[in-house]
Amino acid sequence: MNGIKKLFETKQKDVLNIYFTAGHPGLHDTGTIIKELADAGVDLIEVGMPYSDPLADGLTIQQSSSIALKNGMKLDLLFEQLMEVRKETDIPLILMGYFNQVMRYGPEKFLDACQAAKIDGLILPDMPLYEYEENFKEMFESRNIAISFLITPMTEEERILKIDKLTKGFIYMVSSNSTTGGTASADDERLAYFKRIEGMNLKNPRLIGFGISDHASFSAACAHANGAIIGSAFIRALQSGSDLRQSIRDFVRHIKSPVTAH
Amino acid sequence: MLPAFHVNLHGSHERRPCKFFIYDMGDNTKGAYAPDQRGYYGRFGGAYIPELLRPCVEELRRNYEQITNSPDFESEFKQLLKDYVGRPTPLFLAERFSEHYGVKVYLKREDLCHTGAHKVNNTIGQILLAERLGKKRIIAETGAGQHGVATATVCALKGIQCIVYMGEKDIERQAPNVKRMKMLGAEVRPAMSGSRTLKDATNEAIRDWINNPADTHYIIGSVVGPHPYPDMVARFQSVISKEMKAQLKEQTGKENPDAIIACVGGGSNAAGAFYHYLDDLDTRLIAVEAAGLGVDSGETAATSVIGSEGIIHGSRTLLMQNAEGQIEEPYSISAGLDYPGIGPLHAHLIASGRAEAVSITDEEAIKAAFFLSRQEGIIPALETAHAFAAMDHIKYGSDDTIVINLSGRGDKDLGTYIDYFDKYVGK
Repeated sequence: MNGIKKLFETKQKDVLNIYFTAGHPGLHDTGTIIKELADAGVDLIEVGMPYSDPLADGLTIQQSSSIALKNGMKLDLLFEQLMEVRKETDIPLILMGYFNQVMRYGPEKFLDACQAAKIDGLILPDMPLYEYEENFKEMFESRNIAISFLITPMTEEERILKIDKLTKGFIYMVSSNSTTGGTASADDERLAYFKRIEGMNLKNPRLIGFGISDHASFSAACAHANGAIIGSAFIRALQSGSDLRQSIRDFVRHIKSPVTAH
Repeated sequence: MLPAFHVNLHGSHERRPCKFFIYDMGDNTKGAYAPDQRGYYGRFGGAYIPELLRPCVEELRRNYEQITNSPDFESEFKQLLKDYVGRPTPLFLAERFSEHYGVKVYLKREDLCHTGAHKVNNTIGQILLAERLGKKRIIAETGAGQHGVATATVCALKGIQCIVYMGEKDIERQAPNVKRMKMLGAEVRPAMSGSRTLKDATNEAIRDWINNPADTHYIIGSVVGPHPYPDMVARFQSVISKEMKAQLKEQTGKENPDAIIACVGGGSNAAGAFYHYLDDLDTRLIAVEAAGLGVDSGETAATSVIGSEGIIHGSRTLLMQNAEGQIEEPYSISAGLDYPGIGPLHAHLIASGRAEAVSITDEEAIKAAFFLSRQEGIIPALETAHAFAAMDHIKYGSDDTIVINLSGRGDKDLGTYIDYFDKYVGK
């Protein structure tokens, strides 16, 4: 069974999904980061494939991508690293990147490599729905790889229903109209959006992302969805700490429980 | 629908009747090279954009045809093109240049447009569109600064806030244009990400739009980006070929030349010069790209030669990328051609054989610029000089008529030209 599907069968609340950029901070940190996150009790991990032109991403993820590319991260190396770490953990893994990377690598070859590394899902924010529906759906489904599409506060209801139909893993709810790492929009506006989507009774689980950075924002998101996704805040934590493992453990602990004031 | 060419000396819905040409918006929606419903030219084009950007692009897509076809829009667009931009631009028979090449060469004088290049045709169209969409804030990207200046100009004209994203490296390289934009009241924001040049400035502008969907319009500078931009910008620039047809008819008795030559970075001046000839197969379309130091040198912007299919700035087209799909930095002495992609229309025209692609090196372009200056008393922009250099590479008959789109003037490039004075002028 697909790892994401399996996860949501056993856990419907407070699902924590952490994003990091592969190749950052160090070229060979991929395995360490995944294992530490899994040990720390994270439910899902989103592995970013660094890209030269990450349109949907804010400064923090852009910079981590630039560093990863400078470090020499390449897809073949990433797949090797993922095959290796798969020997030690079966935590659901999602690859996140841009459509051009998949096109250039060759969609079949890319999905075969994903399948070999037991990748559970993909997020390709700039892949049009019709491309998926008309050209890739079969390719994904035959390999049991789940696709997650994004919705925003401005996505129309009809389109949300279509996305719900096509989505196989979870729906990625963007908390506000902004690039990653931004601040969330006004609380009441956000709340209205969360509740509206909650009321649609979609078949897929929902994870809220963008602007989630600490225990408070994580809890608030979890109140109206199955969980939340954290990216930029985690990358900043990796950059500020001196010991990679310690930074990861501390970060996850602080997300899961309120920070005690010193 | 207006007739294909529409001369109206007593325009009834004009604010003031124009004495000369009256332009209608480009209308090639039924031609063989028109984009389909999803914005594809053949297999190129479309809208490969994150969901976050979709509301902005959708609002534009749903409204652009209706707005630009409305009498109110057309009337103001025509009026500004005439009274503010200075259209129609002349079509000039370059006699000494023609004599040298043994073929009749006409120059379409876009360099005489206000701000010194064809870019302003598009920014006028888009600012009028933005106004009608109720937008209060304009963003734009710029490489060399020409599109930034053209955008800052129309924003000043309309009293609308203007923010121009420009690569940090380009800000250093193009200081005079940065000052021009600031003098016109625009804010110039450095793009610090990636390679800190045009492609990154475009990414920054797109990110700004994602973060400000309600009040902001993004004036893109070329026939690139997600649908409907390539089509919309081509329509705004189509006035170039619309005028060419009438002027050629008047001067030669024939609307269609044997060939049209235009330089291509993203490809907006070429799109405008080709537009009304796309279905006229007796006219050859010649797209001139910048070879930089040579197409095999690793320092080039000849996208159609060394590029491959992929996605850049929301459009499926030809682009310069490595084996991993990472977008590569192009090189050309001309900042306006220094773009790693090419508009999807041009990718389609070249891939289908409708247009011929020619690559011109820095050195050839410089030589052509000095030659044209002495031969005709016109100093062309570096970008445009590439189109002139193509004369040495194409085949033609002595009875042919060729039109070169003189897309911009060379004042902005004097600093570069001065570096070559020893070779072409003497001390």
